[in-house]
Amino acid sequence: MEHIVIIGNGIAGVTAARHIRKNSDKKITIISAETDYFFSRTALMYVYMGHMKFEHTQPYENWFWKKNRIDLVKAYVNEVNHESKTLLLSDGNTISYDKLIIATGSKPNKFGWPGQDLKGVQGLYSKQDLDQLEANAPNNKICKRAVIVGGGLIGIELAEMLRSRKIPVTFLVRESSFWNGVLPKGESEMINEHILEHHIDLRLETNLVEILSDENGRAKAITTDKGDTIECDVVGLTAGVTPNIDFLKDSGIALGRGVKVNRFLETNIPDIYAIGDCAEQHEAIGNRRPIEAVWYTGRMMGEALAQTICGKKREYNPGHWFNSAKFLDVEYQTYGWVFSEKGLKENEQHFHWRHSKEFICITIAFDKNSRKFLGINTFGIRMRHEIFDRWLTEERPVDYVLEYLKDANFDPEFYSNYEAEIISKFNTEFGTTISPKKKSWKRIFAKA
Amino acid sequence: MKTIKNIGLVIFLIGLGIFTVLPLIGNFKLDQTTFDQIVADKGFKSELFIQSMQTEVVGREFSGMTSLSPKIVDALEKANAQHRINKEYKKVIYTSPHDMASLIGKTSGIGFIANNKGLMWFLTFGLGIIGALLFILPNIILQGKKGIKNDGIYHENATNKGWVAWLVFIFLVSFYLVLYFRPEFATNWTYLVDPISESLSGNPAGHWFVYGFMYCVVMTVMAIRMYIKYRHNVYQMVRTTSVLFFQIVFAFLIPEIMTRLQMPYYDFKNAFPLDYDFFFQWNLKSLLNSGGIGLFILVWGVVLTLVIVPVMVYFFGKRWYCSWVCGCGGLAETLGDPYRQHSSKSLFSWKIERWLIHGVLLFAVVMTGMTLYSFFEETSTVLGIKTQSIQNTYSLAIGSVFAGVIGTGFYPIFGNRVWCRFGCPLAAYLGFVQRFKSRFRITTNGGQCISCGNCSTYCEQGIDVRAYAQKGENIIRSSCVGCGICSAVCPRGVLKLENGPEEGRINPTEVLLGNDVDLMDLVNKK
Ligand SMILES: Cc1cc2nc3c(=O)[nH]c(=O)nc-3n(C[C@H](O)[C@H](O)[C@H](O)COP(=O)(O)OP(=O)(O)OC[C@H]3O[C@@H](n4cnc5c(N)ncnc54)[C@H](O)[C@@H]3O)c2cc1C
Ligand code: SF4
Repeated sequence: MEHIVIIGNGIAGVTAARHIRKNSDKKITIISAETDYFFSRTALMYVYMGHMKFEHTQPYENWFWKKNRIDLVKAYVNEVNHESKTLLLSDGNTISYDKLIIATGSKPNKFGWPGQDLKGVQGLYSKQDLDQLEANAPNNKICKRAVIVGGGLIGIELAEMLRSRKIPVTFLVRESSFWNGVLPKGESEMINEHILEHHIDLRLETNLVEILSDENGRAKAITTDKGDTIECDVVGLTAGVTPNIDFLKDSGIALGRGVKVNRFLETNIPDIYAIGDCAEQHEAIGNRRPIEAVWYTGRMMGEALAQTICGKKREYNPGHWFNSAKFLDVEYQTYGWVFSEKGLKENEQHFHWRHSKEFICITIAFDKNSRKFLGINTFGIRMRHEIFDRWLTEERPVDYVLEYLKDANFDPEFYSNYEAEIISKFNTEFGTTISPKKKSWKRIFAKA
Repeated sequence: MKTIKNIGLVIFLIGLGIFTVLPLIGNFKLDQTTFDQIVADKGFKSELFIQSMQTEVVGREFSGMTSLSPKIVDALEKANAQHRINKEYKKVIYTSPHDMASLIGKTSGIGFIANNKGLMWFLTFGLGIIGALLFILPNIILQGKKGIKNDGIYHENATNKGWVAWLVFIFLVSFYLVLYFRPEFATNWTYLVDPISESLSGNPAGHWFVYGFMYCVVMTVMAIRMYIKYRHNVYQMVRTTSVLFFQIVFAFLIPEIMTRLQMPYYDFKNAFPLDYDFFFQWNLKSLLNSGGIGLFILVWGVVLTLVIVPVMVYFFGKRWYCSWVCGCGGLAETLGDPYRQHSSKSLFSWKIERWLIHGVLLFAVVMTGMTLYSFFEETSTVLGIKTQSIQNTYSLAIGSVFAGVIGTGFYPIFGNRVWCRFGCPLAAYLGFVQRFKSRFRITTNGGQCISCGNCSTYCEQGIDVRAYAQKGENIIRSSCVGCGICSAVCPRGVLKLENGPEEGRINPTEVLLGNDVDLMDLVNKK
């Protein structure tokens, strides 16, 4: 029986394993050093915040793996030897494979800051990081202030976590406005306001210079490039992630920032594949980045590769881009592409609407010549994935999207709707006369 | 704010403390005229019972129900036993000993509690309400901006099965045990609400009135907590208002007022088979003897179960009943909300659930079949089995122990829908309709799920919502009561409760997770 070995029990590796099992009888082994069972990394914050226990982050019950004949090995892979097709584990054992899937995810970036390895300085990525945070910042007596370095999605999650225990937080963000490399101005500014409203000391355009140590080798303060010294007990480093592939350095597998793969997720070595956060496409797909460190893409790659491994060769062919996140209390969803001012594409035009009181807004991107709808960002309004996916495929004009916007609304029942307001603003701005169509089940469920 | 909360907690605990010791204190003295009156009213023919009551109870002062109750119980049990030996069946008294103690206790309370009903009401219910509100209202500020408010649930002793939870468990279980099996100990409680009962129905309060009143009070106070906690979710606000309305108006006020108008006591929203004794002989007789209104209730009850309930489930799902109207659901969604995370999500529990709930439904249907057969054929047995004994078993095991003691008492340990999930025969019936013929579903928003598990954790019915959502599948489960909390706590906007066309309700899986699949592949699969 062919033996498929997967390094990494994250969403990418586990999805691959599940689908290989669905489609075949191959022997499957997952090796991971982090935890016994697969858990949802995206839910780590909720454990610290007391919304869930760690066991709740595990999507499958513990009997699942045995029942589906997926062998779990808890160990760290030190070396991959592709000539003998064996793996050397840190406990000295070796495991041989017929096909190898590398799904080792990411690790937090460290940019060589002085003091970055002191006690009390940590990232937020793994279960171990969570445990460490519990030890470093159990409450606001032991952790009197925390400084978070890096204004991305994980940074704001870490801020929310610490605030849930009333720990004062200083948030250093390199950019001039929160996440404005990704979000257009209006949205980014709205999130700035929301961050401040949560009593987070947001410092824009501020970089970390040094982390100062006390006599026990613990972080006691940081200094910034603005000349400030901020006393703190915990420093959270959340300035992005990089593929976790150091152990592959001398393996002969072609590496860039990540493990280089083609559209079939194959590496340069036969029978070795890479998926998830650690995979780097030779060429970016569409507007995507060569390394896509998000949950959904890990899942898609896992699905696609499982087909290939089971003999139905399939490309990794991600559909229209979508993503979601939550900034404190504000939910964010995006479908298609809306670029920030920094990355605006040629002919890309934006329409922005923001609620007068609440933190609710949307931005729609469209082509100013052809009026083709390009994408939408929504904050505080939920939208239907299916509908936008279809509209993007059908290359609908922006006017159509607005006219039928009610079909796309996915907010819970009884919520206030803003389509009329949104459309009237659009009409004034662009001199159109669009009137919203009533929501229709028939259209919503029509198969494209 | 924290201080206000703490003061509230202390006031609440004082009120609760007084309420809790009431069953054990107070003085009772049964005077001769009252006793004679009871004997005459009830037509007791047992001279043995009367005799021993005369010597042991009448005219004496008892301090605490613990000293009075055994005397009465003893007198009644001994008298009945003797009559049975002597085959004097006409003299046997069929009132249960504890109901007798309750009946006599109610008429013989003397002293402070019985004479200061208003003050005592204030010291128990009053302090409880004020304290609870002081504890809850500061949350408007303490909880900060509107949004998901589950911070610390698994750090708090009370909501994470710590000792507080176990104390609440013991309190609730004891409360239900008293209510169902030792009602005489509720006598002092009934005094507190006598004035209210008299103003509604014209009669003094019994222990079920205490329960009904308390139910409304607890639901109202805890509904305020719901409004604050789920500010960000209008669905929750509307739904909470609805259950509260149906509890106070339909379950509490209307039946009491009907009693005042000499009509049968009836809760118009309580559908058979949850209302398991609707077809019991005594009820049918009482309805048939009540003229037009009795007949109306009879027809309404049948139409409610056979037509209204399933049709509404077709259009809106089981939620219209279970989390918008039902009293059990109402308590679960208010008092029980802090415990919703304790429902087990394991596959094993799901298996138990299916056996148990359908078993109870079968039990209820068979029992009702026997009851109706006995009623129309005027026999007391069916195939040699006594209908009465089946009814008694159901009333005790399901009606009292399962629905009451376990259903509510176990909130802090097994979650707030134990009864609704494992026991309620009506829920089982609605579940069939919801599963096989309904427009209701929880739609999963394409591929947006990040498998975080909030939805599953906070599902009170123990549905592993994530298991469906992460595959892009809609959630269509017979047990879903449509409380909408999964949708409220999902951080990625993945879930939406909605009523749409039946077609496409159960959607094919793993299509829109994001990877563009080969269309031919899909076509071939179908
Ligand atoms: C706090 C946080 C929040 C996030 N929130 C979101 C979100 O909301 N939405 C979103 O789309 N994405 C989110 N992400 C990103 C998302 O979690 C990742 O993209 C995803 O988990 C990557 O999955 P993966 O399977 O590629 O790798 P991982 O989940 O990182 O799994 C790799 C596993 O391999 C193990 N491993 C690595 N090297 C070895 C070795 N040599 N030997 C043995 N085992 C090894 C690692 O210990 C790890 O357990 C978040 C990430 C974090 C940290
Ligand atoms: S549906 Fe929402 S709450 Fe449930 S697991 Fe998915 S993202 Fe989390």
